[in-house]
Amino acid sequence: MKGYASLVKPYILWMSLFIVVPMLLIVLYAFTEHGNALMAFRFTLGNFMRFFDPVFIKVLFKSLEVAIITTILCIIIGYPIAYVISNASERAQTLLILLITLPMWINMLVRTYAWISILSDGGILNSIFQFFGLAPIKMMYTDFAVMLGMVYNFLPFMIISIYTVLAKLDRALIHASHDLGANPLQTFLRVVLPLSMPGVISGITLVFLPAVSTFVIPKFLGGGQYMLIGNLIENQFITVGEWNFGSAISLIMAVIIMGSMILTRKIDRDASDTTSVEGGKLW
Amino acid sequence: MRKLIEFQNIVKSFNDSLVLKGINLSIHENEFVTLLGPSGCGKTTLLRILGGFISQNEGHVYFDDIEISNVPPYKREINTVFQRYALFPHMNVFDNVAFGLRIKKQDKTTIEQKVKKMLKLVNLEGYEDRPVTLLSGGQQQRVAIARALVNEPMVLLLDEPLGALDLKLRKEMQIELKKIQQEVGITFIYVTHDQEEALTMSDTIVVMNAGEIQQIGTPTDIYNEPENRFVADFIGESNILEGVMLEDYKVKFDDQVFECIDYGFEDNLEVDIVLRPEDIDIVPIEMGRIKGVIKSSLFKGVHFEVVVETPYREWIIHTTDKVEVDKEVGLHFFPEDIHIMYKMGTY
Amino acid sequence: MVGLKKHNFTKFFILFGVMSFFYLPILSLMIFSFNDSRSLTSWSGFSLQWYQALFENREMMTAITTTITIALISTFVATVMGTLAAIGISKSRRLIKELVLSVNSFPILNPEIVTAIGLMLLYSSLNVEKGFMTMLLAHIIFSTPYVILSVLPRLRRLDPDIAEAALDLGATPLQALWKVIVPMITPGIISGALIAFTMSFDDFVISYFVSGNGVKNISILVYTMSKRINPTINALSTILVVIITIVLLVVNLYPYITKKEMKEAE
Repeated sequence: MKGYASLVKPYILWMSLFIVVPMLLIVLYAFTEHGNALMAFRFTLGNFMRFFDPVFIKVLFKSLEVAIITTILCIIIGYPIAYVISNASERAQTLLILLITLPMWINMLVRTYAWISILSDGGILNSIFQFFGLAPIKMMYTDFAVMLGMVYNFLPFMIISIYTVLAKLDRALIHASHDLGANPLQTFLRVVLPLSMPGVISGITLVFLPAVSTFVIPKFLGGGQYMLIGNLIENQFITVGEWNFGSAISLIMAVIIMGSMILTRKIDRDASDTTSVEGGKLW
Repeated sequence: MRKLIEFQNIVKSFNDSLVLKGINLSIHENEFVTLLGPSGCGKTTLLRILGGFISQNEGHVYFDDIEISNVPPYKREINTVFQRYALFPHMNVFDNVAFGLRIKKQDKTTIEQKVKKMLKLVNLEGYEDRPVTLLSGGQQQRVAIARALVNEPMVLLLDEPLGALDLKLRKEMQIELKKIQQEVGITFIYVTHDQEEALTMSDTIVVMNAGEIQQIGTPTDIYNEPENRFVADFIGESNILEGVMLEDYKVKFDDQVFECIDYGFEDNLEVDIVLRPEDIDIVPIEMGRIKGVIKSSLFKGVHFEVVVETPYREWIIHTTDKVEVDKEVGLHFFPEDIHIMYKMGTY
Repeated sequence: MVGLKKHNFTKFFILFGVMSFFYLPILSLMIFSFNDSRSLTSWSGFSLQWYQALFENREMMTAITTTITIALISTFVATVMGTLAAIGISKSRRLIKELVLSVNSFPILNPEIVTAIGLMLLYSSLNVEKGFMTMLLAHIIFSTPYVILSVLPRLRRLDPDIAEAALDLGATPLQALWKVIVPMITPGIISGALIAFTMSFDDFVISYFVSGNGVKNISILVYTMSKRINPTINALSTILVVIITIVLLVVNLYPYITKKEMKEAE
């Protein structure tokens, strides 16, 4: 319709300058040396080669490991919760979802910071242990603390993702399953679980990918020496000043993550074509 | 035919509103029973109580002489065809139909045989691998029927299964369902608000309204001899009048006495009277005992729907004759066309 | 349904466990903001000293002002720009639409740190000094895509004849836009604005990389201050939590309140 389409032109200009150019710059810096000064650059793959140094590969694997464990924990804890909530009364559901999402609105740094006082050596948990005559446990700056912080941060996303799909599940399908002789456990395994997979997958997208790239949580709860990819990038840019290497790492990470997201979106769209049947209508 | 299911004094209320007011009903082997009534009359509720998806507040449900009120749905020998089919979207046709058999842990070969046989019965041979989401409404409907029947239940419950189909398909499916019921030889309990559907398919019709049973009978009984005004009004078109039953075979209405074939009512009892539009003829004014003026005539394809106004009321008549509006005419009918009913609440 | 009554205790236990997990850290944060001593672990008595310290701390107050200012301005700009862009997108040819939406999704799909690095490189290449304006700009850049994604579905569901009807009745395209289209997509605009505001208010990663010159928002401040124990942060956090809770309660209970008023008015 006539002139309205041209409203998009200013934004195209905006995006070119502020979204496309920055990405191109990352690519540029990744493939060149002597960063900072735009003039003196030479094409090189050296930055990528540096990445294959065992020290940095270790960081990559550690990040993946932490992200995978976080995701799995979020699924194990999150699914039962989403299930329980989806079976509650409508009013209870609204209340419970509100309670689950409230922490998400609170600043992430504040939320992570809160754990410091709980987990530190003189902290709340240890005080409770001492009270019961148990020896204090070192929790801060460990894998445990980082994992805890991650799960704490990302669990609501998993719960909401799974809950959304479970809540929309046609109750008639459960009745039909019972009608055909399946008891509640069989119904869950054969009908509910398979149909809730899209929710689990979108939950994984919302948890795994940010978990791989986060750097605040490892920094607060893992200490200065605890390095995940995000910390590595920050380190290269802020502390070490190796912008080219930092860009290379960023590029690798961006490609992996964006690639995965596009892939999962495609799987999700294919899946959702087969998850709804409505009597009498042909979609 | 032996009695298979018995409802004894079933009472059910939802949130302070009484949906079933004490239903007593027996259903027999091999019967095609239809629960017929307007929305909200309680027919679906009764069906769901039988299926085990909701519990009654009072009363008993007997299946094969055993009380089943506390038996969960997955242990009852009843299967349901749901209103919107409730096919499992993540499975294909074969897996949907085989679901119940797999739960019962029957072996692969048996399952394959039974599923194939059932798909043949519903005319879906060759559709085994199709995803159910890609089927048309009529096809999904047949998968739902196959899925339920393959488990060889003693009773099949059908909750307005044809509602989402277009007219032509609906009429085809009505005939098919009746055929299947007779071939397989099990009890069908069918719920609908469509009286034509009920008349076409049923052995027995149970007419319900506002949580109570109004009449139980064969399609011809219900149509020709409705027991009260509600049934007469709900089934087919009617002219319903008020009159007085003077004595056996004699009824008075519109200030005239007519001969009729009903008897057994108290003398001088106030009654409701039904005359079907197709039983009344329009005749020259001298030849009819009732005289009136033609108010309108609508062409309906099969017949004309003519409204005749008399000093007492308006009559609806179905005739194949073309008539002129504003003409003065007479109405003629035979004694056997007059049907007497007790006034509602008086028996 | 018949035959399914048990498991109530397990359900309650699971829910209670999870809620404790979520809320104990927040509660401990709030409780210790009222602590009489500097400790975050042992209670010495009730005191409002940290709230006082908060309001007396110039750095904190500046950071709060900065955060709010940037959030408000960036939300406004992002909402206007995003809404107009969304309208343009919805009326564009398929090819342009797909292309624009793909690029638009980069800031959303990309990990925040990558977007941050990209902007940092941009500013450095253009020799722009990092500070308030660069942070503000960055916030507008990453918020606008969310506004677009929030408004676009509403536009899709809009009856295409509506704008034509307005023009047919004599309205100029601008009037049709303002009087007809915008009012019908307002819910999308509002939710987009809310998302933009929240993202800006809470942002850390991007702000951290693109600001300089001492310009800090709340998140950056918490980051730098949390190296030592400082209950002033607790005080600030508590205030944030209380505000957010009140807002969420109001937003969620609003429909019930208006329904009640409507019932009483009958």
